[in-house]
Amino acid sequence: MAAEQKYTEATWPSSPERATLEGKNKFLGFWLFLGGETVLFASLFATYLALKDKVPSADHALAKDLFEIPLTFMATMLLLTSSLTSVYAMYHMKNFDFKRMQAWLLVTVLLGAAFLGLEIYEFNHYVHEFKHTFTSSAFGSAFYTLVGFHGAHVAVGLGWILTLMIRNAKRGLTLYNAPKFYVASLYWHFIDVVWVFIFTVVYLMGMVG
Amino acid sequence: MSTYAQKKGIGATIWDYLTTVDHKKIAILYLIAGGLFFVVGGLEAMFIRIQLAVPNNDFVSAGLFNEIITMHGTTMIFLAAMPLLFGFMNAVMPLQIGARDVAFPFLNSLGFWLFFFGGVFLNLSWFLGGAPDAGWTSYASLSLASPGHGVDFYVLGLQISGAGTLIGGINFLVTIINMRAPGMTYMRMPLFTWSTFVASALILFAFPPLTVGLFLMLFDRMFGANFFDAAAGGNTIIWEHLFWIFGHPEVYILILPAFGIFSEIFATFSRKRLFGYSSMVFATVLIGFLGFMVWAHHMFTVGLGPIANAIFAVATMAIAVPTGIKIFNWLMTMWGGSIRFTTPMLYAVAFIPSFVAGGVTGIMNAVAPADYQFHDSYFVVAHFHYVIVGGVVLGLLAGAHFYWPKMFGTMLNEFLGKITFWLFLIGFHLTFFIQHFLGLMGMPRRVFTFMEGQGLETGNLVSSIGAFFMAAAIIILLINVVITSVKNEKVGNDPWGDGRTLEWAIPSPPPFYNFKQLPLVRGLDPYWLEKMEGKKGMMPAEPIGDIHMPNNSFIPFVLSMGMFIAAFGAMYQVDDKPWAIPVLILGLLIVFGSMFIRSIKDDHGFHIHKEDLLDEDDKEVKA
Amino acid sequence: MKNRLHKWRLLSLFAMIALILSGCGKPFLSTLTPAGEVAQTQFDLMVLSTAIMVLVILVVTVMFIYVIFRFRRKKGDENKIPKQVEGSHKLEIIWTVIPILLLIVLTVPTVSYTFALADVSPMEKKDKDGKTKDALVINVRANLYWWEFEYPDEGVITSQDLVVPTDQRVYFNLKASDVKHSFWIPAVGGKMDTNTDGENQFFLEFDGESAEKVKNQFYGKCAELCGPSHALMDFKVETKSPEEFDQWISDMKSAKAPKAEDGLAKQGEEVFNKSCIGCHAITPNDSRPEQARRAPNLSNFGERSKIAGVMDHSEEDLKNWLEDPEKYKPGNKMTGTYGDLSSEQLDALTAYLMDLKVENK
Ligand code: HEM
Ligand SMILES: [Cu+2]
Ligand SMILES: [Cu+2]
Repeated sequence: MAAEQKYTEATWPSSPERATLEGKNKFLGFWLFLGGETVLFASLFATYLALKDKVPSADHALAKDLFEIPLTFMATMLLLTSSLTSVYAMYHMKNFDFKRMQAWLLVTVLLGAAFLGLEIYEFNHYVHEFKHTFTSSAFGSAFYTLVGFHGAHVAVGLGWILTLMIRNAKRGLTLYNAPKFYVASLYWHFIDVVWVFIFTVVYLMGMVG
Repeated sequence: MSTYAQKKGIGATIWDYLTTVDHKKIAILYLIAGGLFFVVGGLEAMFIRIQLAVPNNDFVSAGLFNEIITMHGTTMIFLAAMPLLFGFMNAVMPLQIGARDVAFPFLNSLGFWLFFFGGVFLNLSWFLGGAPDAGWTSYASLSLASPGHGVDFYVLGLQISGAGTLIGGINFLVTIINMRAPGMTYMRMPLFTWSTFVASALILFAFPPLTVGLFLMLFDRMFGANFFDAAAGGNTIIWEHLFWIFGHPEVYILILPAFGIFSEIFATFSRKRLFGYSSMVFATVLIGFLGFMVWAHHMFTVGLGPIANAIFAVATMAIAVPTGIKIFNWLMTMWGGSIRFTTPMLYAVAFIPSFVAGGVTGIMNAVAPADYQFHDSYFVVAHFHYVIVGGVVLGLLAGAHFYWPKMFGTMLNEFLGKITFWLFLIGFHLTFFIQHFLGLMGMPRRVFTFMEGQGLETGNLVSSIGAFFMAAAIIILLINVVITSVKNEKVGNDPWGDGRTLEWAIPSPPPFYNFKQLPLVRGLDPYWLEKMEGKKGMMPAEPIGDIHMPNNSFIPFVLSMGMFIAAFGAMYQVDDKPWAIPVLILGLLIVFGSMFIRSIKDDHGFHIHKEDLLDEDDKEVKA
Repeated sequence: MKNRLHKWRLLSLFAMIALILSGCGKPFLSTLTPAGEVAQTQFDLMVLSTAIMVLVILVVTVMFIYVIFRFRRKKGDENKIPKQVEGSHKLEIIWTVIPILLLIVLTVPTVSYTFALADVSPMEKKDKDGKTKDALVINVRANLYWWEFEYPDEGVITSQDLVVPTDQRVYFNLKASDVKHSFWIPAVGGKMDTNTDGENQFFLEFDGESAEKVKNQFYGKCAELCGPSHALMDFKVETKSPEEFDQWISDMKSAKAPKAEDGLAKQGEEVFNKSCIGCHAITPNDSRPEQARRAPNLSNFGERSKIAGVMDHSEEDLKNWLEDPEKYKPGNKMTGTYGDLSSEQLDALTAYLMDLKVENK
């Protein structure tokens, strides 16, 4: 059974995520899934742009009143760094260094959690300081939906990576779990890329008005 | 591992189907569930036509009528046509490319159960306060104004079944890319496989906009968001765009696989290779691509302005070119052939004029200024039924007769099959041809009644009579299925005698591992090539060895049921029912619990051992 | 086989007869009897596209019939293997290029008329009072399940019966106040949606000669599913010669709030003022904002051609309507907004309403 076989650093293949047919399928299937996710976020972005600053009356806060770059820039840095650390994790996965992989994944998770924390703080701030809520205006609905969908993706990603880490903590790397780690990190990169777009389209362009 | 050969009790059989991950059994599940929903949607169609048979009829009330048309359209598209096509894709595509299974057997089963529970959820609306009534397009202002939970059933039901469809699409794509037998290059793939491929790609990119649209509507209706509320800055046109960005590719998701089925049938029963194979492939891909560029032709009267209308008009017309290529290629496939008019071939032949009629009215609709007249009139109803019934449903009926022996190992009765065909064809044209004129004479679409003295009586009556012919056809088909199953006369590998592709090289029905040895493919129509060289079957590409198979799993069923339960909670929390939130949480717990178990529990599948496979050979020899 | 063919022929014969009997539909409703510039343009495009499409169909049909008769498998051919043809580049080019050419023939008028029919520039030219200079503009507001027509430059509001002059372009602003509807007068021109978010604009022209043939009345319809009574959301178009139209406008402008004189109508007025006036106005120059105009303006109710768009304009039907509107237009917004009416009250209201007229005939 190729998938469960025990490996050593020497016998470990160079692309462990694609060394079995299951792995290959997972790898391709996940890329395709991300293609679909891209369209999903594209639709959300389009909706957001159509409804940006669309509020029922003049006393509602608009994008330029709300967003503060320092906070979101911090969030961006956290997430970008976490993407980098997940690259390190995959590097060690390819080198059959399970301990280091786990360690870097843990850093990734912590950075992701910090990002989520900031996001929760940010939302809370808008709600209490600006009365900018999910139900206050079409702008509010579109903002929280777009950014919230991303946040939910982050949360799912955290749960996923954690589950993988815990489940495999004792048995180390095999060709059965290597593709799983790999697609999880792919997912994490995707989330990061989406955030870069959110940062640009929502926050930076929001400042400009 | 020889348990599969044993006779099983009814309980064991049901358990087997609830947990199966075998693409051939999942195909049968799709066929059964899709068939059931087809009958439900057909009954709804009959109610529509009875109501509209005479002016000022009161067979159903105005509100009920709107529920019926909404459920008819939604059911036929999402719960009948697409799943039935998925059934054939599952049954045939892996065999056509020489694969032992699909890429993700577990997800295949999950896709089915999600679709099934979504469909059941949607249809339960009939018993729980009323069905959705804003049309299958569910335009935002009307659907937000719709009282009760009807539209909530629509949103949640489609969300669940849509997730299933998306999973199915990804699965087919990966299967086709990664699991082809040795020698099965892309340009040797049968056209049905190609069309499955393109349709799956369309699913992958078309369903997310629908998902988003449904989410926005769900948030507006159930959680107080304002996406479509003009008073709070919302905009209903967003829904129209999202819906049609999904909706137009959707019609190609339906028609391309039907094209694929017909391509196989034309080649088989003309005993000729498909004419212009590579241009057929090219046309399929091009249609899929252009399918994403034309959605706003459904919105010519929305007021997008002349520039948008002109661009989308021209883009729409462009689709006619690859479609035309296909029609001529089919005609030329028959040209010079030796045509045998079996039931599937009758459908294929009848499909050409029927579909051409629907195609040309499509072009007429693309003429934006003229469409200001056609749009939302019965002309459009006639148009899309000519393409959907004249294309997709004829394709499904053709496919059912053609692949029945492969799926079930026994032939549908040809005589009854032909009666079904003639009744259906006559009924179809009788019902829908005259609707073009009703539309031109000023009859709007989705009206629950019409008045005397507006010149619409005769046309409507004729149309309703036609519907009864179609209903009779379907009844005879069902009788045929029963008779055939009872008789159960077994057939061999290639029951039509002229099979060309790999699926006809293996037993009917195929063993659960499909191919004892993966076949070596040496060209387009591989089985035909071998036959022409006087061989009986495919040349194996590998020695007999252990075969790895996936384990059955009950998780897909449970997970989908969790979604189903959660949907009830989400829906009734709007009414502040005390039990709603706990039910929502329970459902979600089941969903996440199932996912958790799935990811915690390793599933390595099992192996069929070489010795067992050899044993079986012996048995075959003895028998 | 014979038998089946026979049945098939009989049925198609039946279908043909049905078609001929129904002909082109009714001239007040059918798009096939175009009565104005817009409908005529659209009809011409239909004819052009149909002609091209019939050409395509003919080619396909000829090939189709030839193929299925010529190449059927005959007795003795059971083992014949036809030549396996790969394809033909020449043929493929032919059936790619010819359709493209045909489509170009179609795209040119399509694009040019798309722009021509969207030309509403005369609506923009305003004089210093903000009135449109030399175009007649009508604001159409669609409601569940009735239509309001406002002549903004004249300060006149009416509903259900659209009054227009013949032989000139009439410009429309279109919107909906509750859910989306669509404004369609099939014989006069294609539809335009009335959206809940933003206004649409287009124009129509009502041909005088065709109008005479239909006794100056065309039928209009709602063409977007809008709820249970969508099928009943009809309206009528009264066409008038330009002079008559000017007269009508001036009658409408000068109309005073009606004073009921005789006993029964007087009683009716009292009931009306108690139960109905909150929603229905009875003068054409209703100055309330549109949110307050929650029901059709009734100032010229006595001159209408239908009640509620679909019922006969008779005393009997009026009483039926007032007694139980739900029965005649399910889901309408009038049901339940006023108490039960006794039969005396119904008689009185009927007398009053039938007297509401503005034209000085
Ligand atoms: C027995 C066969 C059928 C009959 C008699 C029939 C009849 C009808 C009628 C009368 C309408 C309503 C049109 C209106 O009120 O404006 C309708 C709508 C529709 N039908 Fe069918 N139909 C049949 C089969 C199908 C099939 C097989 C499909 C799809 C696979 C289909 C798809 C639709 C769709 C998408 C709509 C539009 C629903 C909407 O407007 O929301 N129909 N059909
Ligand atoms: Cu379309
Ligand atoms: Cu309507």
